[in-house]
Amino acid sequence: MKKTLFDKVWDSHVVQSIENGPDVLFIDRHMVHEVTSPVAFLGLKNRGIKVRYPERTFATADHNTPTLNQHLPVADPLSAKQLAALEENAKANGISYWGLGHEKNGIVHVVGPEYGITQPGATIVCGDSHTSTHGAFGAIAFGIGTSEVEMVLATQCIMQPKPKKMRITINGKLSHGVTPKDVALFIISQLTTSGATGYFVEYAGEVFESLSMEGRMTVCNLSIEMGARGGLIAPDQKTFDYLKDREFTPKGAEWTKAMTYWETLYTDQGAEFDKEYHFDGAEIEPMITYGTNPGMGMGISKSIPTVEEGSNGAATYKKSLDYMGYAEGDQMLGKPIDFVFLGSCTNGRIEDFRAFASIVKGRKKAENVTAWLVPGSHNVLKSIQEEGLLDILESSGFELREPGCSACLAMNDDKIPAGKYAVSTSNRNFEGRQGPGARTLLASPIVAAAAAVTGKVTDPRTLL
Amino acid sequence: MAYEPFKILKSTAVPLPIENVDTDQIIPARFLKATERKGFGDNLFRDWRYHQDGSPKPSFVLNDTTYTGKILVGGKNFGSGSSREHAAWAIYDYGFRCVVSSFFADIFKNNCLNIGVLPVQVSEAFLAEIFDAIEANPNTELEVNLSEQTLTLSSNGKQESFAINAYKKDNLSNGFDDIDYLYNIRENIDQFAENLPL
Repeated sequence: MKKTLFDKVWDSHVVQSIENGPDVLFIDRHMVHEVTSPVAFLGLKNRGIKVRYPERTFATADHNTPTLNQHLPVADPLSAKQLAALEENAKANGISYWGLGHEKNGIVHVVGPEYGITQPGATIVCGDSHTSTHGAFGAIAFGIGTSEVEMVLATQCIMQPKPKKMRITINGKLSHGVTPKDVALFIISQLTTSGATGYFVEYAGEVFESLSMEGRMTVCNLSIEMGARGGLIAPDQKTFDYLKDREFTPKGAEWTKAMTYWETLYTDQGAEFDKEYHFDGAEIEPMITYGTNPGMGMGISKSIPTVEEGSNGAATYKKSLDYMGYAEGDQMLGKPIDFVFLGSCTNGRIEDFRAFASIVKGRKKAENVTAWLVPGSHNVLKSIQEEGLLDILESSGFELREPGCSACLAMNDDKIPAGKYAVSTSNRNFEGRQGPGARTLLASPIVAAAAAVTGKVTDPRTLL
Repeated sequence: MAYEPFKILKSTAVPLPIENVDTDQIIPARFLKATERKGFGDNLFRDWRYHQDGSPKPSFVLNDTTYTGKILVGGKNFGSGSSREHAAWAIYDYGFRCVVSSFFADIFKNNCLNIGVLPVQVSEAFLAEIFDAIEANPNTELEVNLSEQTLTLSSNGKQESFAINAYKKDNLSNGFDDIDYLYNIRENIDQFAENLPL
């Protein structure tokens, strides 16, 4: 029987299939953070159950942490309490804990790969929808709710029906100035925000093969934004090179054994998908969103579609454009902006900072722009300093903040004020996502950089 | 956390005819700081429901006493975005036991099923009819029958059946949860863990 990559990984983790019901799926790696785990730990306590496999769970604080003065006590009492609860729960249950101030601390989906916790063929879950990021390594990785976090803590399993399978193939070559973020925003704009709901996506073809591991992470990260449970890419030499000698990857004979298995992780010729899409990489241009879901994106040089051209109903579409303060047919180029956010599990890695720096180098931050540059982890922060990027950023008038999820979800103090426009490298442009009333334009790090130095939406290709 | 078993629910409904209602709208991130499952209903649809100064927005449906009930009816692709189960908790805590839409986002649907909120997916046409019926008469009742897997519109008796897998149906009708099931097979799980590919 010919199998897809997804089948191979899923099927090898099914403990039991319930007739006309879900599969009991064994979870290899479980990441927890402070926001979606406390109620799960409390549930366990109330049931009198202990964490069954503490060595398979990894805790890091990221969603609700400040990005300034992390050495000081957290000022907001509720946030401080939530962070303390994570530490207490991790310690009481013997779970590895990289809290605020720890040298390995950072966004859960940034540190997982950095330390080799993320591996091909693994099942990985976290109470966070962007867990799909880890699919870049050929893992089945997806977000779960808190009830499921509790299930994993209690039994290392969850119960879910096997999703349908979709393959998105993009061949051809990307144009200059087109980044992994643009590829993802392009796909979502084609499929809409719910076009992959019910599916697990495999990304295939020359474009994904050509991407770096970090680029693949950006693409897989955004799978959820078209409704997919997750997205994955078959592991290849790049994957293995990235993982070799990381802290949690196997060593010596164990590495050889792992490699032998990992090399079997690809979709067999002739294996069937429930749905397939094909796109041409050469047709993708730098993207930007104009509305209030990630499917409302377009090539930066185009104009905002009319309601007839969109996939939403008229009332929903109008509500969205009204919120943004835009009109059908508007050009995005030249629209004034107020904030720039570089960071998040989507685009908070070293390559994103390199890309941003390459545009702002020798230029100055526009005076009307407030820029928040937030590395995805302490490791990323360290690289920024060591590679000399910090000097470039600072001499262009930018400051760096400390790692965390920050303005991506604005749970801490990093909130874009009401009515203001932010070009953001994060993943969601929902109403109020970056602060009550905030207006988000999702884009790549170089589109964000171009906006940061010009003070308006600018085609980054004019600055390359 | 145990919940009340779901059998038959007959209730008026609250209409929210907006598409792609994401979980950030259902409950914004800044209200996710609790360490216990308490009080989330107060912040259900916070930014659509209240001005920033905390005063209610009279035009939002939850502030309009014309519409009440234990059933929330939403536009297609309800519950997209963040995996926060707090969204489902907020809906439950506010007093809803059922959400009706023509399409649900996956994680939200799972979360609802896990905490005793029944997501009922109906056709686009029936959804439009439900919205129309509620608009014409806010006292219109919907009857959700889990064992029959049907949703009936009281105004004209029109009925549609909905899908739910037998396992989840059994759980919801009895107030069971997945941990009860998984904990009972924990020895099989441990045995399975010994034989993983890596």
